[in-house]
Amino acid sequence: MTNSWTDIKNTDLAIIMGGNAAEAHPCGFKWVTEAKANRGAKLIVVDPRYNRSAAVADYYAPIRQGTDIAFLLGVINQCIINDKVLWDYVKPFTNATFVVKEGFEYHDGLFTGYDEEKRDYDRSTWDYQIGDDGYAVVDETLANPRCVWNLLKEHVAAYTPEVVERICGTPKDKFLKVAEMIGECSAPNKIMTSMYALGWTQHSKGAQNIRCMAMLQLILGNIGMRGGGVNALRGHSNIQGLTDLGLLSNLIPGYLNIPKDSEPDFATYMSTRGFKPLRPNQMSYWQNYRKFFVSFMKSMFGNAATAENEWAYNYLPKLDVPQYDILLAFERMKQGKMNLYFCQGFNPLQAFPNKAKLAEALAKLKLLVIMDPLETETARFWENHGDFNQADPASIQTEVIQLPTTCFAEDEGALVNSGRWLQWHWAGGSPPGEAQHDSWIMAQIFLRLRDLYRKEGGAFPDPIVNLNWAYQDPGEPTPAELAREMNGSALVDVFDPNDPTKRLLEGGKQLSGFGQLRDDGTTASGCWLFTGSFTEAGNMMARRDNSDPGDTGAYLNWAFAWPANRRILYNRASCDLDGKPWDPSRKLIEWNGQKWTGYDVPDIAPTANPREVGPFIMNPEGTGRLFARTMMREGPFPVHYEPFESAVANVIAPKVRGNPAARVFADDWKQFADIGDPAFPYAGTTYRLTEHFHYWTKNNHVNSVLQPEQFVEISEELAKEKGIELGGWVRVWSKRGSLFAKAVVTKRIKPMTIDGKTVHVVGVPIHWGFVGAARKGFPANVLTPFVGDANIQTPEYKAFMVNIEPSTGPVA
Amino acid sequence: MFPPIPNPSVDPAAAKPRFGEKDIMRRSASEVTPPAERLTEVAKLIDISKCIGCKACQSACLEWNQLHEEIGFNHGVYTNPMDLTANTFTLMRFTEWVNPQTDNLEWLIRKDGCMHCEDPGCLKACPSPGAIVQYSNGIVDFIHENCIGCGYCIKGCPFDIPRMSKADNTVYKCTLCSDRVAVGQGPACQKACPTQAIVFGTKAEMKDWADFRIKDLKTRGFDNAGLYDPQGVGGTHVMYVLPHADQPSIYANLPDDPHISPIVQAWKGATKYVGLAVMGFAAAAGLLHYVVAGPNKVTEEDEENAERLTEGRTAPPPSPPSEPPSRGRTP
Amino acid sequence: MNMELSRRTFLKTSGAGIAGTTLGAFGFSEAEAAVAAAVKPFRLVNTTETRNTCTYCSVACGIILYSKGDLRKGEKANIVHIEGDADHPTNRGTLCPKGAALLDIVKSETRLTRPMLRKAGSDRFEPISWDAALDKIARAMKDDRDANFIPTNEAGVTVNRWLTAGFLAASATTNETAFATYKVVRATGILAFDNQARV
Repeated sequence: MTNSWTDIKNTDLAIIMGGNAAEAHPCGFKWVTEAKANRGAKLIVVDPRYNRSAAVADYYAPIRQGTDIAFLLGVINQCIINDKVLWDYVKPFTNATFVVKEGFEYHDGLFTGYDEEKRDYDRSTWDYQIGDDGYAVVDETLANPRCVWNLLKEHVAAYTPEVVERICGTPKDKFLKVAEMIGECSAPNKIMTSMYALGWTQHSKGAQNIRCMAMLQLILGNIGMRGGGVNALRGHSNIQGLTDLGLLSNLIPGYLNIPKDSEPDFATYMSTRGFKPLRPNQMSYWQNYRKFFVSFMKSMFGNAATAENEWAYNYLPKLDVPQYDILLAFERMKQGKMNLYFCQGFNPLQAFPNKAKLAEALAKLKLLVIMDPLETETARFWENHGDFNQADPASIQTEVIQLPTTCFAEDEGALVNSGRWLQWHWAGGSPPGEAQHDSWIMAQIFLRLRDLYRKEGGAFPDPIVNLNWAYQDPGEPTPAELAREMNGSALVDVFDPNDPTKRLLEGGKQLSGFGQLRDDGTTASGCWLFTGSFTEAGNMMARRDNSDPGDTGAYLNWAFAWPANRRILYNRASCDLDGKPWDPSRKLIEWNGQKWTGYDVPDIAPTANPREVGPFIMNPEGTGRLFARTMMREGPFPVHYEPFESAVANVIAPKVRGNPAARVFADDWKQFADIGDPAFPYAGTTYRLTEHFHYWTKNNHVNSVLQPEQFVEISEELAKEKGIELGGWVRVWSKRGSLFAKAVVTKRIKPMTIDGKTVHVVGVPIHWGFVGAARKGFPANVLTPFVGDANIQTPEYKAFMVNIEPSTGPVA
Repeated sequence: MFPPIPNPSVDPAAAKPRFGEKDIMRRSASEVTPPAERLTEVAKLIDISKCIGCKACQSACLEWNQLHEEIGFNHGVYTNPMDLTANTFTLMRFTEWVNPQTDNLEWLIRKDGCMHCEDPGCLKACPSPGAIVQYSNGIVDFIHENCIGCGYCIKGCPFDIPRMSKADNTVYKCTLCSDRVAVGQGPACQKACPTQAIVFGTKAEMKDWADFRIKDLKTRGFDNAGLYDPQGVGGTHVMYVLPHADQPSIYANLPDDPHISPIVQAWKGATKYVGLAVMGFAAAAGLLHYVVAGPNKVTEEDEENAERLTEGRTAPPPSPPSEPPSRGRTP
Repeated sequence: MNMELSRRTFLKTSGAGIAGTTLGAFGFSEAEAAVAAAVKPFRLVNTTETRNTCTYCSVACGIILYSKGDLRKGEKANIVHIEGDADHPTNRGTLCPKGAALLDIVKSETRLTRPMLRKAGSDRFEPISWDAALDKIARAMKDDRDANFIPTNEAGVTVNRWLTAGFLAASATTNETAFATYKVVRATGILAFDNQARV
């Protein structure tokens, strides 16, 4: 989230699209109901189903899954046509005025530089024209036809209300009503918030769905505002924290990157990470990258990381592909290229697409290690459960070790919520049986492995034997020790280079902010973003002062928010060029002539003159980006691409199948239904129910009472057409697998007309499996295609094609 | 936001119940001297326009009251279980309704459960002394030790709420979490409700809050939004804000104008329990059980029999039985 | 570090013009409070309170664990009830249907209680000691890493990666567990490292 849950109370218009906040985040959704009750705010829901959020919405518009980009570019088009643009924001605060290089073009769904064979682009033209002064060329008059704004205007012109209706199935009048309501929020005193979740991410172009909204919010001037922003309603309790900490194939904590093969040494690695400002006076905060990186390496490898060995740069593995994401890992596993796999509190047999492929892959491992508080299907993938899990244990040679872990109630530490709050919690119960903390397990494995390397030597033992593990009890680092380590400390006394008598930092003391980090090895910090969370003043994450001066919803003294305890990102943009709030009634910060003051920690240098320094300090431009340069694999502007499985060809670019830059493995292509395949005529989608959490709460009696048995949802029209009865059994199948479920026949799903063709939606909740308290069922991933988003490989769970028939149910 | 009720105290001193025996205003099959001063009436307000149907209320109710409901089946709808049971004191009922005026679909979700009537039909129908009590704050509570399992309260309820337990043959329903209210907390469902569709306070406050909500709904096109506090049962201590208050029955058959059944009315008053005292407890229970469980509907003949049984008796009301009834729940 | 027992009740700042319930002044007959035969005793009396955060979604609702026994006193603690924390700015004491039933997941019959091993080709799990399980894991890692570690690529660039092993990290663990996990996994050269951010 750019903002926070409690900030949503400040909005005038909440748009829930690509999510279902009432269903998946009920207690956060409360703040929408508060905005409605106290501010007269409106709620719009755009979704293939009239869902629980829609039940309390002021306006609902249907949309076919996988077509959000067409809808949102259509809205941007309407904003431009009707001049619903906050110009005083767009001109100085976005890259609308920047001039794009000659050579960059867009035709028929593709940008310049496409290589069909590689399914990838040469992105060299996707950038600004650079002037003789070394800065990007801008034209504040927007007269230059190569200005981002003019290119954008041209790009979105194709998405007329008629085209939106053809692609999305949203009736023109409903689309225009939504566009009108959104357009009103271009006024400086009208603010919209966007709340999305997996409904936008789980597409082969998920990241571009979200970019569309970010662009729209920039055009409306709603980024940085109270009640505004683009708000990812994250799913798991600490998925934000794990992402911040870089537990991904290609990341280092704090959104730094694992090196690539093309970066053989640290100097080469840093050569593309200078982040030189693209406009005069800009902060371009990533210029501090080197400080963050070196401090991280000192945290990891302590004294073994030195200037001489490039801070142990070679201790880090290098990537020969953009990432070893989950899909690639299972593809390689299936090819017999992986032997050992760990699942810590993770149930991939249920969670990733194409269960049959996953099971085949797991059976090729030598050892699977499970650490979990609960039984999982993954741990028992080898166990036969009839239709629910066909398996022949005797033929599966994978050894499985299942380790019992504690759960939240038995553990202490911090979780990062959607609003980036790091909140500390304490253990209140004894673990059951022999269950152990995950940190104990990781320490125990590490100590044993290190012993083996110390005794036996072996392949490159250096990073293992030199890993900084200076905990009081190496067998179980405490949460406080680890938290202090992430925050970081000064390793030695640090003196002011201009005044050697002035001690800047005292060796051994905790740092109070990432501004103190240094690139000379004198500071260590496990995650620069968390610096400030555990200082000499104590554990800031454990703070519990719930006062809220000004009633802004910021709660600055409750827990700690990254970065720097800032509650609303880009909050400098809540003020105009003179540093005065766009909406004085929603003041967050303001420029008093000398410095920035207010209710939140300013997202700008405290004394940065508003007329000189742009609000988007992480970007070298100092502006938000309507044009993403080379940052997105499939293009600097979003384009509507159909899902890989679809009832219709792409209306905008009929020759382009799916996202042209998405990676698809050869075997998986064969398992996609053809476009318009009559064997799979219905548009399937998966989602969560409020009564359940993923595959956990089926282990829980009460939640199993509330939603006991698997079902799918279809319209009354489809039920009638197929002879399906309310509450009767159906079979649903895709080209990859089949499941049995009860039929919920509902008015809340309606057939849609897509490019003249009737398309029915089949909704598939995800929560069932073959272990737990609830009735046995099938995970939705028996149906879903094995393909991910082009940028970050989030699987396309939301849009695929199926068939359905009445049935007599499964055989257990 | 309706300010949250502070967290409960675990300190025994603070957890002393603030109402009890002395505040009982009505007691089934008994005559009580009403408390000299009535407690402030409490109420739970359920605002249907804010309800997202998440079932947190159901979940919290099961957890707080330590109820063990069975894991059922899906029957093609979101409602689960399909009806109130002896373990499900509260239930979200889902109705898909197309508004004929706008042609828009509205998903009407109503949290069903005991309404805690000011004039409680269950209590009036109950023949067992002290099995149902009404505190002067408006809470109608079942005292299971005194329940004889006749099920007459089920017939007496204009909202069809109480349910017989097959496990112990006594009848269960929402207590408004009297154990929580007694220590200054709200009911478990109210505490959990994510959107504050359920709020709890004094009845006067709840009416004010309802006015505030109704005003908002009227600005959103719900011209008939209103409060459901049916006067046919003397008003209730569980009230609804209905976006379409002119048609309560669209909300999963919420009675448009609930009244205590005339049959129960015929049984009410001194004549009933006087007669029962003379008959003896077991016999009375047997007869009533026949009346309730035998024919689906109480016939005129039954009524006449009943009238005859109680005719002309004027003995004082009985004291509660000294021993728990044989079919009573094990404490 | 123990929890703070601060009880900061929210100020009555509702924009609605209604100050909230006067529960404290319900008119309960304080004088006769002792007699309460009819009302069940409040079952949280004499329990230990611990502040925690709901384990499900990223709204991160504040919760209070009520236990018999106090870990901070070195006792065994058995959680008997879990309820929303009314002092928490986001959830204000509320919980969703999952959060309201958190006790059921803590006490789930399918909680794991001891290490288990499923041998190759077997149709069942059998118990294994912690030591044996951890030794076996470390040995398997060492052997596989030594056999398959890639120190340099074809061009001779040092790449130091281990591609035959992978690690999926739990996104309901704490930052602190995650950081310990990060350190160990990264130090081995594993690249197939991931979490639940996408599912």
